[in-house]
Amino acid sequence: MRPLVESETKIVFDKLANYLSDLKGLIAPLDDGDRYVFRLNHSRVYYVRLSIANLATSISRDQLLSLGTCLGKLTKSGKFRLHITALPILAEHARYKIWVKENGAQPFLYGSNVVKAHIGRWSEDCPEHSGCVVYSMSDVPLGFGVTSRSTADCRRLDPTGIVCFRQADCGEYLRDEDTLFSGGA
Amino acid sequence: MGVGRRMQKQGAPEPLSEEHYASLKRKKGIAADAFLPEAPNKKPRIRPKKPLKGAKGQEKPNAKGAAPKPAAKAAKPKKAPAIGSDDDEFGASDLDDVDPMDGVTLGDDFLDSGDDDDSVYDSDQDRPKGSKESKKEAFVFSDDEDDNEDREEKLTAANIEGLSQKLDKKLAEEAAENEAELREAALQTNIAGDTPNILGDDDDDDELAAKKTLLAPDLQMLRTRITETIRVLEDFSNLAEEGQSRVEYTNQLLKDFCAYYGYNEFLAEKLINLFPAREAFAFFEANESPRPVVIRTNTLRTHRRDLAQALINRGVTLEPVGKWSKVGLQVFDTNVPLGATPEYLAGHYILQAASSFLPVMALCPQENERVLDMAAAPGGKTSHMAALMKNTGCIFANDPSKKRAKGLIGNIHRLGARNVIVCNYDAREFPRVMGGFDRVLLDAPCSGTGVIAKDPTVKTNRDEKDFQVLPHTQKQLLLAAIDSVNHASKTGGYLVYSTCSVAVEENEQVVAYALSRRPNVKLVETGLPFGKEGFTSFMGKDFPQSMKMTRRFYPHLYNVDGFFVAKFQKIGPTPANAVMATKDKNNQAKPRSVIEVENEAADKTPIKEDGEEEGEFEAFAEEEDQEYILRAKRNAMRRRGLDPRALKKPPTERKPRDAEMSDAVSDAVSDAETPEKGKKATPAKEAKDVQMPDAGTPEKGKKSKKAKASKPVADESKDVEMSDAGAPKKGKGKAEKADKKIVDKKVDEAKEVKTSGPKVPNKGWSKEGKNRKKNKDKDVEMS
Repeated sequence: MRPLVESETKIVFDKLANYLSDLKGLIAPLDDGDRYVFRLNHSRVYYVRLSIANLATSISRDQLLSLGTCLGKLTKSGKFRLHITALPILAEHARYKIWVKENGAQPFLYGSNVVKAHIGRWSEDCPEHSGCVVYSMSDVPLGFGVTSRSTADCRRLDPTGIVCFRQADCGEYLRDEDTLFSGGA
Repeated sequence: MGVGRRMQKQGAPEPLSEEHYASLKRKKGIAADAFLPEAPNKKPRIRPKKPLKGAKGQEKPNAKGAAPKPAAKAAKPKKAPAIGSDDDEFGASDLDDVDPMDGVTLGDDFLDSGDDDDSVYDSDQDRPKGSKESKKEAFVFSDDEDDNEDREEKLTAANIEGLSQKLDKKLAEEAAENEAELREAALQTNIAGDTPNILGDDDDDDELAAKKTLLAPDLQMLRTRITETIRVLEDFSNLAEEGQSRVEYTNQLLKDFCAYYGYNEFLAEKLINLFPAREAFAFFEANESPRPVVIRTNTLRTHRRDLAQALINRGVTLEPVGKWSKVGLQVFDTNVPLGATPEYLAGHYILQAASSFLPVMALCPQENERVLDMAAAPGGKTSHMAALMKNTGCIFANDPSKKRAKGLIGNIHRLGARNVIVCNYDAREFPRVMGGFDRVLLDAPCSGTGVIAKDPTVKTNRDEKDFQVLPHTQKQLLLAAIDSVNHASKTGGYLVYSTCSVAVEENEQVVAYALSRRPNVKLVETGLPFGKEGFTSFMGKDFPQSMKMTRRFYPHLYNVDGFFVAKFQKIGPTPANAVMATKDKNNQAKPRSVIEVENEAADKTPIKEDGEEEGEFEAFAEEEDQEYILRAKRNAMRRRGLDPRALKKPPTERKPRDAEMSDAVSDAVSDAETPEKGKKATPAKEAKDVQMPDAGTPEKGKKSKKAKASKPVADESKDVEMSDAGAPKKGKGKAEKADKKIVDKKVDEAKEVKTSGPKVPNKGWSKEGKNRKKNKDKDVEMS
């Protein structure tokens, strides 16, 4: 486990900035003096409190499997891929949100993109190709994605048009449970 | 779907005729249009049917029905009195239909005919595979219709009273008959002849018995025998057969349990010994049916009420699991898969057995504590603890299996526990990796005798070996857990040991072992609102009285999986000579109490060995080792094509160093070392060149060493190391990969510069003593 290098931090922050309104909220010091930090282990980036990260230094690299919240994976080609496990953090500080109706929640959880017919409401000023978090009507975060068009264009879209490309959804906890987390076989 | 069996065998049902409806109406007391049915045609068919009906012989009423029917047919003119005889089979329904108080309107059961279900048989054997007519004849139903028709025509107001009196008489007679039968049966059971039958069967022919074991067991007979044996055992003095001892009855019961439920004898005996006979029966019976599905609300994300509402909206029937838990919900019925609802995926709940709530409730972790979960997969208890701690503090979730750890990580992330570190150690390593936890939870791997309902293979898979190996591991784990607790914790110092087993070997015995080996822990109240106390003595083994504070849970008492929970508190540091405290220290045998000795006697595999092993080894034989090391080095050099004779260069002492010689030697050594470190010859050469001028200058031995260390040799940080370690030692330990040419060059140069080279005595190689020791030290350093 090690802290992120400059270049890696930049990549991660660029990705997160897509979804979050304010990156400073992520690493701001907390009331009890603690703060959240990023750690890297086996090419996965973890978002964890500093006190916990310090405790984890006594565990050897091969035996350490997970730490706090796993944000995603740094791929071999140097890109950062956000996993569904980052959802709670994105949902807390999300900038653009989309709420889907009850009949739209199931298809989204099964892995399809969000269609205009399923949208309950959305944030007003969404530009094109920006990250957004998808909620159910009861304000339960279901996943996140990338908007296909700006809000204004979406209004003119027909009901079967895709509004948001799904990047990750909660159904992946079941579908991808083998690949999502580090481990042996 | 195709045509059903009935259609294939019997063909299409005959079309309903008017007379059918007429008869129904008549039954209901409604005026029907009078017309003659085709009864006369049907009658001849009836007679050949009777033997068939008799042959079926499935039910007594049938036979009874068949007998009175010819009588009824013969006595057609006397239908009124004969109606009574038909009541055997159709009595009940006829009574219903004959009710004169029925309203004029057609009821819902208008199309129903009297006695349906009994008369529709599905057994192919009984159905004759003949003509359509004969197939139709197999219907008891149509036959009786005719009889009823004929008879009911005569039913008038005048007849009703007489007929109903006859019915009453008939019913009374039957009731009397039944009672008499029951009394007979009851008498029979009290007769001595009954109980010996339980055991008598086995005394019969061995052949017969052997044959019986090969056949499938007669479950009905076994069950009755089981209940009878239990009855006898409960009231032994009165009901026991002469000359039969309790043991024989118990053995019979054991065999019956094995045969009826499918256990192997070893496990059945173990489980029977835990309970009195009737409770054992209830326990076995409870293991046959699954425990209810329970889910635990994740209080980090939602509340139980909201979750219950959301699930009810989805079509799940649930209710709170009991007063003892504020987060549990018991699910009775569900339309949707519980493991795939959006609430599940959003991490609002987790499917978890009710018994798994208990260890975490007992442990009760507080906020801002450091907690260890030694066998955490699949993560239900870990996430429960995180919810109780409200994501503060830190939880170490350890699991020895990487595969299962994946599920653990998944659950942790899904349920939103942010304060968890997941690691993959063998849990016995724990105080070494990290210690000083405020609370530790050890949910030990066990034989699973409490969760037989979930995993029936336990019935046959468990044997004696399992109950030796598993407790051994559990004891080691428990000691490691005790050592990982911080006794001086401000808020904690607690440890919970739990298993999903009901066997004493894995529960009370392990706890007693830990108490005896670690005098600095004691048992405390678990704080659980229900559960039976643990045993303080069992089959000759005695446990400390504090064992009453542990809790046992049984499926037949609380409808949860079999479970055991024990809570310890650590009140002092582990004594230095404790068993398995640390690996270096020898284990001294402490004066042992009787309990300890007994426990050890019962525990067949000795555990104390770990520390003693080190005492058995002698100290290293250094001199002999050096020879072997040297030989190995020479071989290694030869294999690589280097000249082993390079090792033979005259060594020098570390302290009284001949300055130049040492320089040259150290140069040679550093050259030798550089290739060893994987660097190429050329950089080594360059380094050499750098060092060469230094060699020229007269320097003291010690200084040279340090000078070398301080020289800005190109990227040769390792040289510093080497010179430190190897300078005086020359090539003994280092020059394995000495480059021959370089060395030769060096030697030549050295010879040019120095004169005393060859004269230095050949220390280190042949002599033992100081040099040897130094060599050894350097070896250690170098490596």
